[in-house]
Amino acid sequence: MITLTINGLEVQVEEGTTILQAAKKIGIDIPTFCHDPRLVPHGSCRICVVEVEGARNLQASCTTPAAQGMKVTTESDVVVESRKGVLDLILANHPLDCLTCQKAGRCTLQDLCYRYDIKESSFEGERKEYEIDDSNPFYYSDQSKCILCGKCVYVCSQLQGTEAIGFAERGFTTHIATPFDKGLEHSTCVSCGNCVAVCPVGALVPKSKTKFRYWETKPVRTTCSYCGVGCQMDLLVKDNKIVEVLPADGPSNHGLLCVKGRFAYNFVGHPDRLKTPLIRKDGELVEASWDEAYDLIVSKVNEIKGEFGPDAIAGFSSARGLNEENYLMQKLMRGVIGTNNIDHCARL
Amino acid sequence: MTNSIGDVKKADVIFLTGSNTTENHPVMGAQIRQAVKNGTKLIVADPREIPLVRDAELFLQIKPGTSVALSNAMINVILEEGLENKEYIENNTEGFDQLKEVVAKYTPEAAAEICGVAAEDIRKAARLYGGAGVASILYCMGITQHHNGTENVMSLSNLALVTGNLGKEGSGVNPLRGQNNVQGACDMGALPNVFTGYQAVNNEAVIKKFEAAWEVELSNKPGKTVPEAIHAVEADEVKMLYIFGENPMVSDPDQHHVETALKKAFLVVQDIFLTETAELADVVLPAASYAEKDGTFSNTERRVQRVRKAVDAPGVAKPDWVIIMELMNRLGYNKVYNNIEEIHDEIRQVTPQYAGISYKRIESNGIQWPCPNEEHPGTPTLHVGKPSRGLGLFKPVEYVMSEELVSEEFPVIMTTGRILYHYHTRSMTNKTEGINKIAPDNFMEISGSLAESLDIADGEVVRVHSRRGHVEVAARVTDTIEDNVVFMPFHWADGANVLTNGDVLDKLSKTPGLKVTGVRIEKIS
Repeated sequence: MITLTINGLEVQVEEGTTILQAAKKIGIDIPTFCHDPRLVPHGSCRICVVEVEGARNLQASCTTPAAQGMKVTTESDVVVESRKGVLDLILANHPLDCLTCQKAGRCTLQDLCYRYDIKESSFEGERKEYEIDDSNPFYYSDQSKCILCGKCVYVCSQLQGTEAIGFAERGFTTHIATPFDKGLEHSTCVSCGNCVAVCPVGALVPKSKTKFRYWETKPVRTTCSYCGVGCQMDLLVKDNKIVEVLPADGPSNHGLLCVKGRFAYNFVGHPDRLKTPLIRKDGELVEASWDEAYDLIVSKVNEIKGEFGPDAIAGFSSARGLNEENYLMQKLMRGVIGTNNIDHCARL
Repeated sequence: MTNSIGDVKKADVIFLTGSNTTENHPVMGAQIRQAVKNGTKLIVADPREIPLVRDAELFLQIKPGTSVALSNAMINVILEEGLENKEYIENNTEGFDQLKEVVAKYTPEAAAEICGVAAEDIRKAARLYGGAGVASILYCMGITQHHNGTENVMSLSNLALVTGNLGKEGSGVNPLRGQNNVQGACDMGALPNVFTGYQAVNNEAVIKKFEAAWEVELSNKPGKTVPEAIHAVEADEVKMLYIFGENPMVSDPDQHHVETALKKAFLVVQDIFLTETAELADVVLPAASYAEKDGTFSNTERRVQRVRKAVDAPGVAKPDWVIIMELMNRLGYNKVYNNIEEIHDEIRQVTPQYAGISYKRIESNGIQWPCPNEEHPGTPTLHVGKPSRGLGLFKPVEYVMSEELVSEEFPVIMTTGRILYHYHTRSMTNKTEGINKIAPDNFMEISGSLAESLDIADGEVVRVHSRRGHVEVAARVTDTIEDNVVFMPFHWADGANVLTNGDVLDKLSKTPGLKVTGVRIEKIS
């Protein structure tokens, strides 16, 4: 174990721990753009710099290993000046359209400009202008807002393994692109949205059907209703409606989702949902009350059970239903109707 | 799964067969790719060149339905070259001599003939799997949906036992469960032969236990599976079907036959949409979706996780558990549950594997069963130390060709599966515009040379016949499939399951052989 001091507080960490991780351990927040604990650290954004006593320069806390006896200051004047400089440079090439930007409220750039009182850039010069790539059905890519932190590229290659996007060109014209800049539609992108989830600015945003601000939403942690991986995710709810789904760090998904979990949630509030019981009358399904529906089912169960025995009734339970519902369904069939004719589509 | 999802990153070698993981379990597929980047070697055995073949050390493009021959031949090579784990076999297994006898005739050359791959590739696969320190087998419906699906699984289990790849992190025999809670539905006893936790209905002690817990009399006669119940309606033995959250009109084999049965029975369907099945019902009950109720799902690694209510259900729709409880009450069983946690607590009382899994404990992270008490941390890996039955039983099995393949009238093998963008019968996924933009219609993958021999162009609508009927579908010409094999997803009504065989079931599991259907392809114009 190594002992170091951060902002005057002593912390013990294992060898190989970065300053950023050590600070996190004792609840000290160091801002980051390009860092993600699941990725190989690449230290490119420089917003996480800290002052290390005796070091010649400020150190990127996400890549610098903690050392025995190290004395670190995370918000000293020189650190704050440096972070302001980074933000100033980013803003020199950013649209600053926070009033209408969809990402407002969940934007690290916005949060840090507020934290360090940066209103606008002090630099004048050319600004990058790219057309928005709207060719993917689920999200927009607006390179004019990109700060080149690289997280989307590394999530796609290191975690998702799709490798649909990368860095293109050098210097001022560096941007995130699909091969030969053909656009997302013609790339190998599988629309998992894992890049969108990690983008710290408004460069990658979902195509929302509803206008909302993140601060108006309430996250509800739940388990995905698609395949058996059991990904954890947050349903963002505004006015009794799911407006977005964000991946959560669950034991089986570690912050990843697929296109279905991330984007195919529209079925929940869809107008075609069944809203009342239906009973077939004269060949047609017509609306009915719960009482009518229950009465009909109960009379049929009793009639069939009386005439042919309980084994003349069979129930199919559901691989999409809850554990508790599957339990109750087999209890109904076995304990109340009296048959073991209960199965579900495990085989199909 | 015997192991955990994250274990894929702890395996030296993964043998992936009958699973198109990046499309059907995408987030697990991503983790397999992470493992490969980290040095894990991947072997893929599949009739199609699935996306993970790009990441594989070795790809065996086997003919559909030939897995037993492949596993047996791999074991043959492992024994021939002394790659077996003698100590594990000696201490932890029984029936090894019989296995040895059966696999002896499955030389790589003999199996190569059956599977349609090179004998040398079978040797390579055996050496990779058998030579690894920690090797995992991952499989899905490509193994189980066969007339001999259970035997396919047994052959994989033999392979794991012979190399001692069971009961340790990163190894195991790992079926990937297709639907969100298919594991939980099985655990909860939504099966005709077992109560919760796989307690057999024909065991007197089990019956007594549940009779006491539920205060009812119970039948010890195993019931009917889904395909059997459908047949029983036709045979006039079953008069009423109560279907909750399923769409057999699309998901079950031989759609015309299913339709006849559903129309004949008194049919109650409880669902969130008016599915193809609900359209045939006598009574339709509107249910709440997963986002409109609290509860739990159990994932493929046996992890029980929370589901939480986010929004209200539409109209007068109710959570399924409320509907089922109200029906119970009206049928004279007066138990009332005030909330879903009360049902969960009852499950814990009658299900040893779930006994320690309280809502409180899984508030932030789920727990993997078996979890016998509240102090138990859960079980990430099964069969640690030795197999849970005591000795791992070798089940020697022979390759048997599907009856679907004997007819010259239907010379092409159709295999089925899912695609990334849709889920099961599309009732949920087809409500999203972007999904329908990418994957609007049914299709059939066909090889370039088969298409050419039938004068079929890419995108051309063709007629596909089987003994059950015919469908019209657009051909998608691809080089990822073999010449005598076509692939059709089963998501679409009036598609693949019009053609599949609902009569011949696996004799043990009663699973239909959906992955092998004899078909004939006809050019329309």
